[in-house]
Amino acid sequence: MNVLEFTFLVCIGSTLAGLLGSLTGLGGGVVLVPLLTIFFKVDLHYAIGASLVSVIATSSGAAAAYVKEGFSNIRIGMFLEIATTLGALLGAFLTAKVPTSAIAIIFGSVLLYSAYVSRRTRPRSLGDHPPDPMATRLQLNGSFPTSEGIRHYNVYNVPTGFGLMFGAGALSGLLGIGSGAVKVLAMDQAMRVPFKVSTTTSNFMIGVTAAASAGVYLSRGYIDPGLSMPVMLGVLAGSLVGTRLLVKTETKQLRLVFSIVIVLLGLQMIYQGIAGKI
Amino acid sequence: MKNSVAWTDQRFEELIANLLRAGVLLSATVVFLGAVLYLVRHGFEPADYRLFHGEPDQLKSPHAILAYAFHLRGRGLIQLGLLLLIATPVARVTFSVFGFARERDRMYVGFTLLVLIVLLYSLFGSSLIA
Repeated sequence: MNVLEFTFLVCIGSTLAGLLGSLTGLGGGVVLVPLLTIFFKVDLHYAIGASLVSVIATSSGAAAAYVKEGFSNIRIGMFLEIATTLGALLGAFLTAKVPTSAIAIIFGSVLLYSAYVSRRTRPRSLGDHPPDPMATRLQLNGSFPTSEGIRHYNVYNVPTGFGLMFGAGALSGLLGIGSGAVKVLAMDQAMRVPFKVSTTTSNFMIGVTAAASAGVYLSRGYIDPGLSMPVMLGVLAGSLVGTRLLVKTETKQLRLVFSIVIVLLGLQMIYQGIAGKI
Repeated sequence: MKNSVAWTDQRFEELIANLLRAGVLLSATVVFLGAVLYLVRHGFEPADYRLFHGEPDQLKSPHAILAYAFHLRGRGLIQLGLLLLIATPVARVTFSVFGFARERDRMYVGFTLLVLIVLLYSLFGSSLIA
């Protein structure tokens, strides 16, 4: 395959990944690395580097739209970014130390987990509890606009959320993904942030988290321009189209199909990791 | 007082949204220009990413990338575009420092500075121990 053909095919694959990722809300990065390593036989480190770059592109592109809606909580985001960026730095350093086969197995497990999270029904909010003193001190409680006016919410279990976020950052740095699934889990489940707020705030944080490992990736030589170019442009185009379509499309079926694809890719990554083929 | 804080918040978030959009647009444009040069010059060479070789030094640090891109090398320009993309969240965080400072929120100025230090360390300092 020459460079022109390779660029063309990778660009098409990345556009599809970006489109499906934004339509289903699962993110495109999560299928990019398996796509590049399994189908294009790209070395895992180059694949992770290209994927991370595309994660920054989609996060920043989508955040621009989200910020205006007034759902994201900048203070929650900024406070938790301390945890995610430190985690991302650690993860990025670990990428060079952990054997490739182990990275593939961890990657596969994260894929399976993301698919599981996307299928699970969401827990109902638990009514009003007295505000958590730590959350109050950190000014994390917030409000967002609804059709019935402004709704206030309180945030709980700050240390647990912070710890989970460190883990999410480390996974992001190790695997070159946004790890939005873990971020939303930390905010939804542990800190009990309302869904709309946690999703948009998580997206807001993904770009900053990824930027923290990108510097390390760059100096390690994981970011190859020839590979990252079609991936970044493709994912960006796909996700922009996806965001436009999102309003008009019924995504339930699509989410199911995409979850199945993710499970299959996850199993394949684990298999290849165990077999030492990656 | 409450209202004026909310207003600055909202306005600030809109500024940040525009900053992010501009950053992504600029970097995608530079990457695209680099792509054209790269594909014209190297399009028919074999593509092989099976083995990891790392990148040459010209493509690994911010100042080296800048120098390489100004020689109008395709790969250098693409890498410059990617660098601009990585710089976009960094610019956002820098901007937030001023936003919190304007609200006289010392605690969050501190938090944001901490995040900024981690980001700058990754971009400029990590090559020292990598």
